[in-house]
Amino acid sequence: MLAEVLLLARKDLRIERRAKVALGQVAPLTLLIVVVFAFALDANAPLLEIGAGGLYWVAVLYGGTLLTQRAFEIETEGGNFDDFRMSPIKVHSLFLGKSLSLFIQICALELVLTPAVLLLYDVQVTDWLLLIAAGAAGAVAFSVCGVLWGVMAAGLRVRSTLLPLLLIPVLAPVLLAGSRAFETALGIRADAGWSWASLMFVIAAVHTVVGLAAFGFLLEEN
Amino acid sequence: MPESMDDSKMTATPLTRVLGILGIVAGVLMAVLGLFISPPDVVQGEAVRMLYLHVPSIWIAYGSFVLTSISSLLFLVRSRRREDGGRHYDRIAGSAAEVGVVFTGLTLITGMLWGKVTWGTYWQWDARLTTTVLLFVTYLGYLALRRLPADPIVRGRRAAVMALISFINVPIVHYSVDWWRTLHQKASLSVGRRPEITGEMYWTLLYSALTVTIVGAWLIVHRYRVIRLEEIRDEENLKMLISSRRHERPTGSAADGEVS
Repeated sequence: MLAEVLLLARKDLRIERRAKVALGQVAPLTLLIVVVFAFALDANAPLLEIGAGGLYWVAVLYGGTLLTQRAFEIETEGGNFDDFRMSPIKVHSLFLGKSLSLFIQICALELVLTPAVLLLYDVQVTDWLLLIAAGAAGAVAFSVCGVLWGVMAAGLRVRSTLLPLLLIPVLAPVLLAGSRAFETALGIRADAGWSWASLMFVIAAVHTVVGLAAFGFLLEEN
Repeated sequence: MPESMDDSKMTATPLTRVLGILGIVAGVLMAVLGLFISPPDVVQGEAVRMLYLHVPSIWIAYGSFVLTSISSLLFLVRSRRREDGGRHYDRIAGSAAEVGVVFTGLTLITGMLWGKVTWGTYWQWDARLTTTVLLFVTYLGYLALRRLPADPIVRGRRAAVMALISFINVPIVHYSVDWWRTLHQKASLSVGRRPEITGEMYWTLLYSALTVTIVGAWLIVHRYRVIRLEEIRDEENLKMLISSRRHERPTGSAADGEVS
């Protein structure tokens, strides 16, 4: 099963490397959002410093939604889900493989966004370990939620507007927890940052269990 | 309504008429009890009267979402076994979710009005309020999924999975006041806990819950029948289109025949 998961993740990442959508389009777009936030807040340095954690996760949310849409577009455009159903690949491997490739792409997005936020919003990291753990937890939660809700909207004519409507309410707790954890890691708030990071892992675990149980059902209908 | 439609295709039945009349009478009595007979609260004053609509509304919303989840589960199980794909359960799920969304919206509106009087603000980013608005938006997404143009069974199955996942929010909303420190007060009535209110206020709240349940049931039954009517209309339209297509004169081949 691990070999199947890695094979599927590699397939998605190879397509991504050739198309260069994540790093070529989505990452610059999220960077632009970080800059536009500064314009919207009138480049108010203290305000940007306080809101840095939240603004970072809003940018990740936006970029993650685009990457999720892209992850399913490449499958539905070529009718690949029919091929998957006929192939001996297990449904669980498909769910985990797509989640892994999305996780790696979101991590890449975070690697671009983190230094940008630190530099542009002039914030200092006081707890690097918490920052990395919260970033990883957020990426796991975003990827499993994205794959579960992405397959729900896949193949439908209005999926581009439906997916954010379905996904954002589910990801709202991740956004909240990520913002609080980052605020602690950036020394903005003396709060239980590790509890918030753990909450993100719990959300990811719940969605992984639900995703493994429901993915087969949803894939049958594509 | 076309003459061909018999009584089974109407939205009203003796049961719904009785429920409807009962709902109106019970609603009038609820207004009298809530506005005139029940006393003002020592702390909240007259604002407490808003709770006779606010609290039962969220109970009915929870109940509707429970019904949506059970029906969705049954639909997922039956849709593989039955010829009609168990669409009966899909219709119940959709009707109950719509009513649940309406009552969640009503809870938010009445809560905001109560908050303005009691807290001095319409909105607070409090755990109960925030989770309730997320519940509302999640089920709006569910309703949006149900309205998409797709095969009814495919759409129904996706919606059923979404309904089951979305239900996770219901206990989170309910227990948010216990799990987090919130501005919102704890539940007025709760199983295994002494009620926070007593006397006329307690009975008025229970009576309001009964009234809102009757209205909610009436709405669900009607909505179910309207969904069924919409399906019949679509099926009849399709039959008419196929029939008119069959009766079209094959102009191309006739012209060819005349020439030859």
